[in-house]
Amino acid sequence: MRDVYVIGCGMTKFGEIWESSFRDLFVEAGLKAIKDAGVDHLDSMYVGTMTSGLFIGQEHVGALMADYLGMAPIPAVRVESACCSGGLAVRMGFLDIASGNSDIVLAGGVEKMNDGADVTFALSTAADQEYECYHGVTFPGLYAMIARAHMHRYGTTRNQLAQVAVKNHFNGSMNPNAQFPRKVTLEQVKSSVLVADPLTVLDSSPVSDGGACVILASEEVAKKLQKPMIKIIGSGVATDSLALDQREDITALNAVKVSAERAFKMAGLKPSDIDLAEVHDCFTIAEICILEELGFAERGKGGLFTEQGHTALTGKIPINTSGGLKSKGHPVGATGAAQVVEIFEQLTGKSGERQIKNAKIGLAQNMGGSGASSVTHIFSLM
Amino acid sequence: MPSPRYRREMPQRYRLEAGKCKGCGKIFFPPRLICNKCGSQEFEQVVLPENGKIVTFTIIRVAPAQFEAEVPYAIAIVELENGVRITTQVVDCDPEKLDIGNEVKLVFRKIQKEGKTGILLYGYKAVLV
Repeated sequence: MRDVYVIGCGMTKFGEIWESSFRDLFVEAGLKAIKDAGVDHLDSMYVGTMTSGLFIGQEHVGALMADYLGMAPIPAVRVESACCSGGLAVRMGFLDIASGNSDIVLAGGVEKMNDGADVTFALSTAADQEYECYHGVTFPGLYAMIARAHMHRYGTTRNQLAQVAVKNHFNGSMNPNAQFPRKVTLEQVKSSVLVADPLTVLDSSPVSDGGACVILASEEVAKKLQKPMIKIIGSGVATDSLALDQREDITALNAVKVSAERAFKMAGLKPSDIDLAEVHDCFTIAEICILEELGFAERGKGGLFTEQGHTALTGKIPINTSGGLKSKGHPVGATGAAQVVEIFEQLTGKSGERQIKNAKIGLAQNMGGSGASSVTHIFSLM
Repeated sequence: MPSPRYRREMPQRYRLEAGKCKGCGKIFFPPRLICNKCGSQEFEQVVLPENGKIVTFTIIRVAPAQFEAEVPYAIAIVELENGVRITTQVVDCDPEKLDIGNEVKLVFRKIQKEGKTGILLYGYKAVLV
């Protein structure tokens, strides 16, 4: 396999972006990424989107975006793995270059969630339609059941869940692209409207529009560019049962664990080697479980680890310096690519107020559904 | 939920029919064509027990359109007496008073309807015992 570099990135602001269409969001992010990378052509592209068909009635997204990006007739592939569609698009771009097939690839994602669709239903299609959704389960409901089981089994507290939101909103308050760049308090999180007990609206990531893209390149192309860049040194993907009730341990996210093990093995690194990470905090409980699966916290101690401040900007492993899905926003197909944008900017020293000093190794973990798919990438500053 | 698709799931929703792997004995609900534990493709049909206990649960306060009239309602993962876990509503109770470990029994109920003019869709819900 050939080495693969991230040579540029771009994203739109996340939020309720009324003036931009689905295609506008992707093309805006794509053009920014192409300009940032300083390349004049692409060999192929991968577009992550979860369910543009349900959100805006648009499928056939690869060709649409290649055309509007002015890149047709290059090969363009739409990638779908629910909320980790964007991360999986990066993975497919990585494989395309690593295999020797392409030298310059655009990988990104987009979602337009605020154009009037039944968002709760559209998102629930990432769960088992016949045996979960049929009975009225929602996504917040699935994570709420994980949360209650985690609290019951490990003693995770309501305050520990809320602390994830407080921390991520604090980070997001310094991110100009964040949908909700404002700080929240523990009391505000706990007393906000219940969505699915025990999770409140402030335990949940928002409904967002947005696009994010990265440009990947082979070593041959990358070494000609005199600019800061990062290298993909680990890449792992894994799957689990779609239905939560089919898993032996409801508090475990095995796909996250296995995708990370694969990425760590490829990189020849261990969790303590990581300087910062972007993880899939679609709900506060998700970040706590992921900390455990990635090996940053002991099993059952993700809440305590958060409460002790280890995941803060000044902690031993800063998590979600961008504000995460929680504060930055979660346009589902774009999220995985936006995580890579944050790692790229952090490692190349472009993160402004929220910059982590001397960060050299970053990790991005993106998850689909209630954890049935996960993509983990590890990056190193070159 | 178009009617042909609904009809296919009737053995599970109406009669709790599951598949027991002839290779390793693992019981699958819904039934599968290949065992994810031993790889066997030989199954015998078994019926799930109706009694079990709540493993975890939540109260849904924001629901998809077809369940909006029912909020707040409880959803649980229930472990049945043979160890099989299913996702189901828990009804005829005060959702605020539910707890992990509560014993429940599955009963036959209306679940939702097919659009505004379609057929009624049935299946199992849990009640406290």
